[in-house]
Amino acid sequence: MNTDPSQVQLTADGRLKHFLTTEGLSLDLLTEILDTADSFISTQERAVKKVPLLRGKTVVNLFFENSTRTRSTFELAAKRLSADILNLDIARSATSKGETLMDTLWNLEAMYSDMFVVRHADSGAAHFIAEQVTPNVAIINAGDGRHAHPTQAMLDMLTIRRHKGSIEGKVVAIVGDILHSRVARSQIYALNTLGAAEVRVIGPGTLLPKDIEALGCKAFYRMEDGLRDCDVVIMLRLQKERMQKALLPSEGEFFRLYGLTEEKLAIARPDAIVMHPGPINRGVEIESAVADGMQSVILNQVSYGIAVRMAVMAMAMSGQQQEKNDPAGQEEASA
Amino acid sequence: MRYLHIENARLIDPARQLDSVSDIYIAEGRIAAIGHKPSCGEIEQSLNAAGQWLVPGFIDLGAHLPEPGFTQKGSIASETRAACASGFTHICSLPDTKPVADSSAVIQQIQEKAAKAGYASVLPLGAATQGLAGEQLANMVGLHDAGCVALTNARQPFKDNYVLRRVMEYAATYGIPLFLQAEDVSLAEGGCMHEGPVATRMGLSGIPGTAETTALAQILLLAEQTGVRIHISQVSTARSVAMLRQARHEGLAVTADTPLANLVYTDAAVAGFNSLYNVQPPLRSEADREALLNAVNTGELAISSNHRPHEIAAKKAPFADAEAGMSLFDAFLPLALQLVGKGELQLSALIAAVSNQPAGVLGLDHGLKEGAWFSAALIDPAAERSFSAQDLYSKGKNSPLNGDTLKGSVSAVFVDGRQVF
Repeated sequence: MNTDPSQVQLTADGRLKHFLTTEGLSLDLLTEILDTADSFISTQERAVKKVPLLRGKTVVNLFFENSTRTRSTFELAAKRLSADILNLDIARSATSKGETLMDTLWNLEAMYSDMFVVRHADSGAAHFIAEQVTPNVAIINAGDGRHAHPTQAMLDMLTIRRHKGSIEGKVVAIVGDILHSRVARSQIYALNTLGAAEVRVIGPGTLLPKDIEALGCKAFYRMEDGLRDCDVVIMLRLQKERMQKALLPSEGEFFRLYGLTEEKLAIARPDAIVMHPGPINRGVEIESAVADGMQSVILNQVSYGIAVRMAVMAMAMSGQQQEKNDPAGQEEASA
Repeated sequence: MRYLHIENARLIDPARQLDSVSDIYIAEGRIAAIGHKPSCGEIEQSLNAAGQWLVPGFIDLGAHLPEPGFTQKGSIASETRAACASGFTHICSLPDTKPVADSSAVIQQIQEKAAKAGYASVLPLGAATQGLAGEQLANMVGLHDAGCVALTNARQPFKDNYVLRRVMEYAATYGIPLFLQAEDVSLAEGGCMHEGPVATRMGLSGIPGTAETTALAQILLLAEQTGVRIHISQVSTARSVAMLRQARHEGLAVTADTPLANLVYTDAAVAGFNSLYNVQPPLRSEADREALLNAVNTGELAISSNHRPHEIAAKKAPFADAEAGMSLFDAFLPLALQLVGKGELQLSALIAAVSNQPAGVLGLDHGLKEGAWFSAALIDPAAERSFSAQDLYSKGKNSPLNGDTLKGSVSAVFVDGRQVF
């Protein structure tokens, strides 16, 4: 129970066996994910979209938090890898949450599943599950609390790579509610490893977590400063409940200061691309003219999402398979 | 008169500037003589303690005993025995039991169980407010009369400063000491670890240092106004140490303690989402840890165990959902001696922080001096003790030592002259 999440997800020889976080993953491994995803994009364009990599495997979508979009892209990805998929929507019970989670896991183990795709409101939940379930079940983190959302980050990396050629040397700004954002944390690690020239976070003091710069980014309070020379602008969704928690005065003031308008976008490089993990709040963090404009790649992100999820599912299953065949290596890894 | 004679032990009692290899003679529960044979009487039993330390028994200023109400986590018997294994003779039990220790009936129940178990002596802390709800005063005088050494609201907040003021005024009227934990509930709300770079990285909600210091400032001001005798329990930040120093400088008689875990670990321990390190107060930064160690070394802070045993299920959950607390009694002595071994903590400061200072806070006549009750621990500092799960006395499964073998073993514990361990 004392292992770093970045290590729990790797086999003894450094291959992926779970996908919990982008933190601590090597350049080679992140590049392999992107390359594998790239190869799946071409299969997406074929009439028959299925590949047999996960044939005979059972994937369980274990969503403790509501999500339609992420869950359905995972479902499609699993189906296109020829896996059997089971969707479980488990509402978080208010009492004895820990026991419920453990009980759920024990029940699912009894069904001989091969992979859990997990979304949970608690940071570290996917890591916890990876350590608790029997070996040879791959855990894919589909978002844990504010900690990580690594598949979203990797599809964003793929989007940047396909639209800007590479991530290396690029200046990337992430704008808005960094405090609550698991996406931002996963992006910051991936961008740094993949060689971005500078990663910036822009937002008011109430939405930038303490010591955020220690993660490998530069903090800005004003769009006018933070967007200068940017190649990529990533807008984050602003949850409505932030107003009640006294983190912001109003949507209107937030939009005036941080909403991405054509005028503000003009501060960035002329060829800058605009991204958003969705779902977007038009007129809150981004104006329609920008969301639907020439520089927006928001819809492309969604289609890359399936390819990236196929890639990490295939890679993690292969890592698990390798450990199953070579249990000695596995003991070494856990020693 | 018949004596127990302990020979060749290194007697350490910083309050009496005592640190020498001496003989000690005990009769009728009290220390009859140190360094010389009493003039009359005979020796009933002789104990050669060469190579061992004899220290005044450790007094814990705050532990969570699981009875009444939480028997799945342990019992008063199991936990007071685990305390003996680290040299404790007295334990102040926090009132956050089920039912809450806010009535003399519950206090009596705790005392009876502790007496029946016969290990470390339990000195109950009663609830300052009914049900620890922070609104209505508990029967404070009744609790004090029932044997509560002090009253506290544990980590539960007072509804507002009005209630805190009235609790203080009422306690001051009858000379009842208060043990207060400084935490602003609105600043701490939702947090499960120290607010800092590790919390940001792990995406865990932080508890800022100001949750402690803003509450501490209010407590100090109200204590000054009401004249109540206060002890601040479980201080965790460097800034609190400075504020306490300033308050004392200005003439306020205030004492304080810090949990041992905050001297040993920092928030870096949380980096693997290990729910064992979900504790309250949270493990803070290295700068905080160093300031707390420094304050213990200068005699400004006592050390408490903040022992809180849990069953496996309580910790088997994602970090924020796990129950807070560490089972620390078994580990207390070896962890503290590790700090001494590393040169971070002076041995005399350690003994003072767990024996002399707590005795002062509670007004106990305690120490290695002729005429005092003999409550002491015999420690073999070189003996190794295994900390495998089956070797722990505590029923709690949340010990920070798991399978380790560490130096520092208690060979005997005496409470009021009676060997209890």
